[in-house]
Amino acid sequence: MNAAPSSVPVAAEITRRTQESPSVFTLGLRLCDPAQHRAYHFVPGQFNMLYLYGVGEIPISIVSDPDSDDELEHTIRVVGRVTRGFDALKVGDRIGIRGPYGRGWPLEQVRGQDLLLLTGGLGCAPLVSVINYVMQRRNEYGRVAILQGVKHMDDLIWRDRYDQWSALPDTQVLLAADVAGASWSWHVGLVTELIDQIAFDLQDARVMICGPEPMMLASVRKLCESGVADVHIWMSMERNMQCAIGQCGHCQIGPHFVCKDGPVFCYPELRERLGVKGF
Amino acid sequence: MTTLGFLAREYLDRLLAALRAGGYRCVGPNVIDGAIQYCDLPNAQTLPSGWLDNQAPGRYHIDHTDTPRQFAWANGPQALKPFLFAPRETLWCAECDARGALTFKIASPEPQVLAVIGVRACDLAALRLQDAHFLQGQNRDVQYAARREGMFLVAVNCTHPAATCFCVSTGDGPEVTEAPGTNAGCDLILDEVDDGFIVHSASERGASVAGKLELAPVTPEHRTVIAQQQQQARAVQKRSLPARDLRPILDKRLEHPRWAEVAARCLSCGNCTSVCPTCFCYSEQEQPLLDGSGSTHARAWDSCFTQGHSYIHGITIRADTHLRYRQWLTHKLAAWHDQYGRSGCVGCGRCISWCPVGIDITEEVAALAATPP
Repeated sequence: MNAAPSSVPVAAEITRRTQESPSVFTLGLRLCDPAQHRAYHFVPGQFNMLYLYGVGEIPISIVSDPDSDDELEHTIRVVGRVTRGFDALKVGDRIGIRGPYGRGWPLEQVRGQDLLLLTGGLGCAPLVSVINYVMQRRNEYGRVAILQGVKHMDDLIWRDRYDQWSALPDTQVLLAADVAGASWSWHVGLVTELIDQIAFDLQDARVMICGPEPMMLASVRKLCESGVADVHIWMSMERNMQCAIGQCGHCQIGPHFVCKDGPVFCYPELRERLGVKGF
Repeated sequence: MTTLGFLAREYLDRLLAALRAGGYRCVGPNVIDGAIQYCDLPNAQTLPSGWLDNQAPGRYHIDHTDTPRQFAWANGPQALKPFLFAPRETLWCAECDARGALTFKIASPEPQVLAVIGVRACDLAALRLQDAHFLQGQNRDVQYAARREGMFLVAVNCTHPAATCFCVSTGDGPEVTEAPGTNAGCDLILDEVDDGFIVHSASERGASVAGKLELAPVTPEHRTVIAQQQQQARAVQKRSLPARDLRPILDKRLEHPRWAEVAARCLSCGNCTSVCPTCFCYSEQEQPLLDGSGSTHARAWDSCFTQGHSYIHGITIRADTHLRYRQWLTHKLAAWHDQYGRSGCVGCGRCISWCPVGIDITEEVAALAATPP
């Protein structure tokens, strides 16, 4: 594990801005201090606190490749004051960044195994760096199924990436939209309905899930029924986070501080409280 | 802990003088706005001589009597918490120049050398919990640490627990003790008797300060009075929790009807979390300067009883009071064991006295435990 990140943000410059969908955009960031940028390391599933000057901070997962020295990418949906402000920024503008924080995905633990990467909505963002990581080390992992569901077909981002991944050996991509039009050639319905179409036996698969909690809960139930061991399911949780270091208390789920004990949890750690209203 | 001697009441100023000579700013109890609260202590005469408290669910009242004692009361609303975990403070500042370049500066508080006189055993137990939270591992809180470092603590063993107290049941009082392999968590411990104080040292610097007090020998009568009043302070406590570790009870009762019943009385005001000596939640807030040249990032105490505490992009996870009360109680009495190895309740009873509708944590736990899950 690296040393603790600074408790104060450092300045970062926006080097790239990509509009992914009408309400989702990606910011490429480079820390203004080159030495700090080189020294910055993270693992997929970790997040940064991004700071908009004069407005505040929000936790955003890192979507870029952990082994790349290029820019750090964050994919953001416009929902509140800070994200609306980020949406208005241009290449060359500066923001603050502190991190990385939290426990990421268990990439070492699942090496050599068949993988199911199951996402819903913008839940694809915390897992995309895992997909990139696995695709670049394709022979180190078994068969891979990538399942992504969206409410409306227009919410689907990274369509070209899904096309590229599906062309790789032993890699299956299945997409679903609740609401779709004539141009949608994929499944119409819930992403959980695609689990039956996975080309390999799930019994020994390792599963990583990220999406809205009802979707994650439904997925876990269906996977356990399909014979997946509960200890082979990991999920990334989202809660109100202000300090990111397990002190401000907002992100707690029972005994867990999501910001430092998570955001990635092995399902049995959350079993007692997942789906219980109020946790 | 070593018993050093007897300090007659008229010589208590020697203690303040010795602490001031050591560079400490002395803080102690005083009557402020009708309650015992900590403030700067110019001399021992300003201590609350003769004051007794009367506490009950939703009630706190003090009365003046002719007792010569200066510590004949149970805790007021304040604990040590505000001295270390400030109710509001700046964490860092951002500056933006004309070209849009950002610079960040951490706000480091001046290390303070504070001596607090009159600390109770329950508050020392709470302090250990706050230390565990704010000084843990690699995420040491610099603001808290700077204040904690120099703090000198003079405990006074509690002889007058309030009706709301239950520290015997949580194992945190009424007298300051040293568990095997640990220290008492303070520097000096005083036992108050009518004519003065028996002084015990609990640290090296405590012993060094006590060395300047010209203490008299402790008499057998003193020892008898101390033993009697400590026994009495235990015997008067009628409230209790059914176990130290309530996880087996609470984890099985997350859907118990009592949560809705208590929520019908609870105002969700957060008083309990403000007076709780272990509650640690805080919110972070941004305060930009009007001219745009700078912005301050501050924190302020927060409470799990607020709407905003569980808010996340359009969803409030605990929109209803029964979910907030359950969060507070199950965190304090159950999840704390997993996080910090013990309950987050030290039995000080403040949440009972300062609840505007008199909700009693011991009564709620008893009601939950009384019916099977």
